[in-house]
Amino acid sequence: MNMWGKLSWAAIPLDQPLPLISSAVVALVITGVLAWVVLKGHLPYIWKEWLSSVDHKRIGVMYIVLAMVMLLRGFSDAVLMRAQQAVALNAPGFLPPDHYNQVFSAHGTMMIFFVAMPFVIGLMNFVVPLQLGARDVAFPVLNSVGFWLTATGALLVNISLLVGEFARTGWLPYPPLSELAYSPGVGVDYYLWALQISGVGTLLSGINLVTTVLKVRAPGMDYLRMPMFCWTTLASNLLIVAAFPILTATFAMLLLDRYLGFHFFTNDGGGNVMMFMNLIWAWGHPEVYILILPAFGIFSEVASTFSGKPLFGYRSMVVATMAICIISFMVWLHHFFTMGAGADVNAIFGIATMIIAVPTGVKIFNWLFTMYGGRIRFPAPMLWTIGFMVTFVIGGMTGVLLAVPPADFVLHNSLFLVAHFHNVIIGGVVFGLFAGYEYWFPKAFGFKLHDGLGKAAFWLWTIGFYLAFMPLYLLGLMGMTRRMQHYDVPGWQPWLLVAAAGAALIGVGVFVQIVQLVWSIRHREELRDRTGDPWNGRSLEWSIPSPPPMFNFAVLPVVEGEEAYWTIKQRAIARQTLMPEPEYADIHMPRNSPVGFICAFFATIMGFALIWHIWWLVIVGLVCAYATFVVFAWHDEHDESISAATIAGIDRANRKERLEAISQLRPAT
Amino acid sequence: MRATACAASSGGWEIDRDDRRSAPSRRPGATNAGARGNVQTVVSHSHPDRSRGDACGRSRAVLRWSGLALPLALAACNSALLDPRGPVGRAEKTILINSMAIMLAIVVPTIIATLAFAWWFRASNTKARYLPEWAFSGKIELVVWAIPVMVIILLGGVAWIGSHQLDPAEPLSTDKPIDIQVVSLDWKWLFIYPEQGVATVNQLTVPAGVPIRFSLTSASVLNAFFIPQLGSMIYTMNGMRTELNLHADEPGTYRGISGHFSGEGFSDMHFDVNALPPEQFTAWVATTRANTSRLDAANYVALARPSVNPPPSAYGAVDADLFDKIVSQAIAPSPGPESEAKGATQAPVLGK
Repeated sequence: MNMWGKLSWAAIPLDQPLPLISSAVVALVITGVLAWVVLKGHLPYIWKEWLSSVDHKRIGVMYIVLAMVMLLRGFSDAVLMRAQQAVALNAPGFLPPDHYNQVFSAHGTMMIFFVAMPFVIGLMNFVVPLQLGARDVAFPVLNSVGFWLTATGALLVNISLLVGEFARTGWLPYPPLSELAYSPGVGVDYYLWALQISGVGTLLSGINLVTTVLKVRAPGMDYLRMPMFCWTTLASNLLIVAAFPILTATFAMLLLDRYLGFHFFTNDGGGNVMMFMNLIWAWGHPEVYILILPAFGIFSEVASTFSGKPLFGYRSMVVATMAICIISFMVWLHHFFTMGAGADVNAIFGIATMIIAVPTGVKIFNWLFTMYGGRIRFPAPMLWTIGFMVTFVIGGMTGVLLAVPPADFVLHNSLFLVAHFHNVIIGGVVFGLFAGYEYWFPKAFGFKLHDGLGKAAFWLWTIGFYLAFMPLYLLGLMGMTRRMQHYDVPGWQPWLLVAAAGAALIGVGVFVQIVQLVWSIRHREELRDRTGDPWNGRSLEWSIPSPPPMFNFAVLPVVEGEEAYWTIKQRAIARQTLMPEPEYADIHMPRNSPVGFICAFFATIMGFALIWHIWWLVIVGLVCAYATFVVFAWHDEHDESISAATIAGIDRANRKERLEAISQLRPAT
Repeated sequence: MRATACAASSGGWEIDRDDRRSAPSRRPGATNAGARGNVQTVVSHSHPDRSRGDACGRSRAVLRWSGLALPLALAACNSALLDPRGPVGRAEKTILINSMAIMLAIVVPTIIATLAFAWWFRASNTKARYLPEWAFSGKIELVVWAIPVMVIILLGGVAWIGSHQLDPAEPLSTDKPIDIQVVSLDWKWLFIYPEQGVATVNQLTVPAGVPIRFSLTSASVLNAFFIPQLGSMIYTMNGMRTELNLHADEPGTYRGISGHFSGEGFSDMHFDVNALPPEQFTAWVATTRANTSRLDAANYVALARPSVNPPPSAYGAVDADLFDKIVSQAIAPSPGPESEAKGATQAPVLGK
């Protein structure tokens, strides 16, 4: 038996220029960044302050950086697909089927698991402890482990570009196509192990954030005083804790089929593909709410802040959030109405799906009335919010349409469906993430992003989105299915060309966002946020300096009602003075720990070895990853102390800035 | 004039449009009325050709004063789902349009209100009232919950009734249907006519005006059988049988496709559906029977090997129990595309 399992030089696709060139570019960029870091002497800083950091803010930022880098990869895949379909009328185009099939599989996998998920988790990580008035999340080291395991998954998917191949089965590997008999290559194994490892990371993060919201709140921060984003975080992470084990178990069964000859989902031996579909969507449907609920939370915060009003119908919003959280587990069958289940089953799941539209509709109306009677400002985050409200109701409408089983019988798997879920994921999740990114950026880094460029990006994305996806609705009505590598209906091509133009416009939007980030970093002194409250905010994260010190709050705030910081700020404005200076005391904070990084390093080796059947290396990776945990568990000292004097210095400087700021402000009337 | 405008943009969906226009007598009229049977309540009663003409005429009128209508008008003229040719497809189109209309009644005002509120309550508008503390109103909450609930009650009714009336497994009428067994192969379609004792590959010939009862399965991976202009798609799964009832009102050629990604040859996995007048169908069966090739288990195994876009073909005779053997896995599931010799099977991709 070969020492390196299935791995050989043949795994490098030397005959395919596209993956070779792109992986060469990626490798060059990585080497370039590493060289710059080492040569400039930044390595100790990066290692100490970021890679081994257990600070929830740093981890949150790293999650978002990961998501943004992977967005570039996932978006490149999207451009390839749109370009291929634009030219492939009665023609092979430039991507042969085996490559094209990998591209759309990778696009979906990347966008859901390594763009949307880390972005959402990153924002929750960064913001929630600040909003709750906490010093950190409940389990800081676990948080770091969770992040690095997610990064491992992303790395494995990208390695597949150069070494071997990726799955050609779509973003959800439906058996029997994904079984060994029909996909004997390593593509599906890359998919499965990448998601198994990152899935563990996501589950750890979910447990951590649920515990944080339930147990780590400032004195007086009752459940019904929490900002909306904390509620949606709670709902989303409850869903993660309940749903991700289903995903892990389903993939484990498929792995047993592929590695050990089991018959869970095979054609023969009593396997059943219908079981896979039920299981995968029992995870898959909650997953879309895992993504959209935090986005709803972001919109709630942004709409309220920039309307200068509390969120309308707060308790109604809480009820709606938790209703979505529960009902989202009862609708999975609508993903396969066309499987031939009876009329009763289809009708019940169709109606259950529509019922979700009720709390969602309530949310839209409540944001509407949040704006009513407001004094609305329109920086970029608010534009994303209004763009969302307009776009998302269209996506919601087509979603409810697809929930009507007879309508789904003709629209299932068509480009209408593709248009629908991009409509809600881009128009809902992505717009929400960008709103959150621009809204909390000054909190994270102490300076705002350039607003004009942000607005330009918003318009490019929005117009690009409508151009790219409205034609897909029409193509669905024309009977075009998804995932076609080429086609022979001339009437489709004009619309596919329009869609390609839309994708190009979104590409310009992405470019403008990169320019915005670079420009803003270079001009950060002009964009500096000195008070820590750049938007006239209402929740506790705006009561501390930007960027927040490691310990977040000099003394833990005592919360006396909804909109904790707004109440304090209004009182201060009315009296033209701050609260008396508190008594500062030493704060114990968790010590940085490289355990997450090291574990993930070995997990990467283990995952790679599993994919290529290099069994001795699997054992090495597993033992070392476990040993890292054990060594960490044997440590006695996990804390470090920050002296009262240091804390006082930081807080006094911020109090001075704030006192100056409130003298400019008048009470809101 | 109108019809020409539509035909010009019909994008290849209706290969026989001119044919039918020049020979209206071929359209099954009275003989067909009973066949529409139990879905009559949900289908539109207007004449299919006339309704399409009207729709396009209207679109063209709208077009004169609104450039925005252009995409919609074009789509309506060449969209397969909005131009159904059977009772199932027609009922589904009605449901599609009704559901959309119900929701648009809420969605359009919501979009307008969003933009209007955002505009009126802009910070620079001194005329707008500022209500910094206003965050609750029981009456508004009631309305806000009631509106979506009422819409969903209405749509839930549509979903319940529609699911039952259009259950793919339910016969469309009491008329005797023609049975057709469908097997999805890598990457082509096999159609077996058990009563006629013939079989075809990549070409489906059916009598127009007669209910069709499909029994479906797959030789290997999951697939979906779909004739957009006739309605409802259904999955094909190895070791299982699904059922689908359709009905082609009038003779014509429609397009059949695979509605679920199934691997490398998926994009070419489409076929023509020829709906013939019943007497021509009988003649077609006779011609096909004259074909000497026979589809037995051994031939089937050879046929089931992966191939991309093979030309339509026919068998004059077929083993009576072939379909049952495939469903019961008495004939093993077909080998995977990639366990075959790679070069040999991949070469014909796009080779047409």
